[in-house]
Amino acid sequence: MAFFSSSVEGDTTKIVDSLTQHNIVDTLHQAAQTTPHGEEKGNLFAELIHHVFDSREIELPFLGHLHLPHFYLFGTEIYLTKHIVFLLLAALLLMIILPIAAKQNAKNKIPKGFGNLIEIFIVFIRDEIVLPNMGKGGLPYLPYLLTTFFFILIMNLLGMIPYGASATGNISVTAGLALIAFIMIQFSAIKAQGLKHYLAHLTGGVHWGLWIIMVPIEFLGLFTKPLALCIRLFANMTAGHIAIVAILGLNFLFKSYAITPIPVVLAVGVSLLEIFVAFLQAYVFTMLTALFMGFGIQSAHHDEEHH
Amino acid sequence: MEANALAYLAAGIGAAIAVVGGALGIGKIASSAMESIGRQPEAGKQIQGAMLVPAVLIEGATIIALVICIILATK
Repeated sequence: MAFFSSSVEGDTTKIVDSLTQHNIVDTLHQAAQTTPHGEEKGNLFAELIHHVFDSREIELPFLGHLHLPHFYLFGTEIYLTKHIVFLLLAALLLMIILPIAAKQNAKNKIPKGFGNLIEIFIVFIRDEIVLPNMGKGGLPYLPYLLTTFFFILIMNLLGMIPYGASATGNISVTAGLALIAFIMIQFSAIKAQGLKHYLAHLTGGVHWGLWIIMVPIEFLGLFTKPLALCIRLFANMTAGHIAIVAILGLNFLFKSYAITPIPVVLAVGVSLLEIFVAFLQAYVFTMLTALFMGFGIQSAHHDEEHH
Repeated sequence: MEANALAYLAAGIGAAIAVVGGALGIGKIASSAMESIGRQPEAGKQIQGAMLVPAVLIEGATIIALVICIILATK
């Protein structure tokens, strides 16, 4: 994990220093270090792989690199990074787009146009994710799941536009999302079952002599679910971008223009796949959160039937 | 150097085994789902939904294994 998090720092020499033990990235950055802004073909690959990871500058069309501001607060450096910028941009877009859709839908009796598009997603999440997995008791959690879905979707899609970056390709972002999911899963379980039942579930319903084995296992089980959510989203988004970089890198590997059509066609294909994956991962994250919340909510009903 | 080379080898073999396992699992899920949809087309939607959950869980386990391999290869 150190490999991913240490690429946060922006300035190249710092990265090379901090990554000396990491061989792949090291060789790439050594290439970048010898001639700083890639005049040779080989160094362009190092420049390319840089775009996948977080950095302290963003690229803008026609303006080139823009260094992001940083300031000191109580001796700690606080700074914006590329992923934070796109995280905030996604949040802003969400706050602009969805109210527009809501207003449109309130105005028209029959939803049409953009409002209809958003409504398709919302109805899909309600009817295909929440109701089958959580039952009627899941409807109060629908706003949270919708927010998660649209936020992840927009963050994923922002990575597919030129000059964009997907904030979900950063493990800290996905860890934050998973932390919120963890809190919601536990909250919904405790609310539906009551604290006593919730704690009783941790024992797995076995004889008290086995509690010393069961309780740690069940307790760990609480954390593995959000951990898997976090790593899945991060790995899927990063893997897609690395795949595109690797395919475009074929150009630099072969050092010839004759090979160009093949990487371009492949990169277009992988990009299309990436757009699909952006939707799929948003769906999977939402569905699994709903499923895990559903376990807690429905085991409450299950207990009532049997006792 | 010898130890480094072995670590790379381990990462490669580990990634390969993880992918084989994940692919086998997901393939098995898909094959039995197709079979049951073929037998009961009217339950197709339900089967599709039920198919996704274990597929995603297997995918999660595979991805965790692959991330471990990446860490092994880049350390």
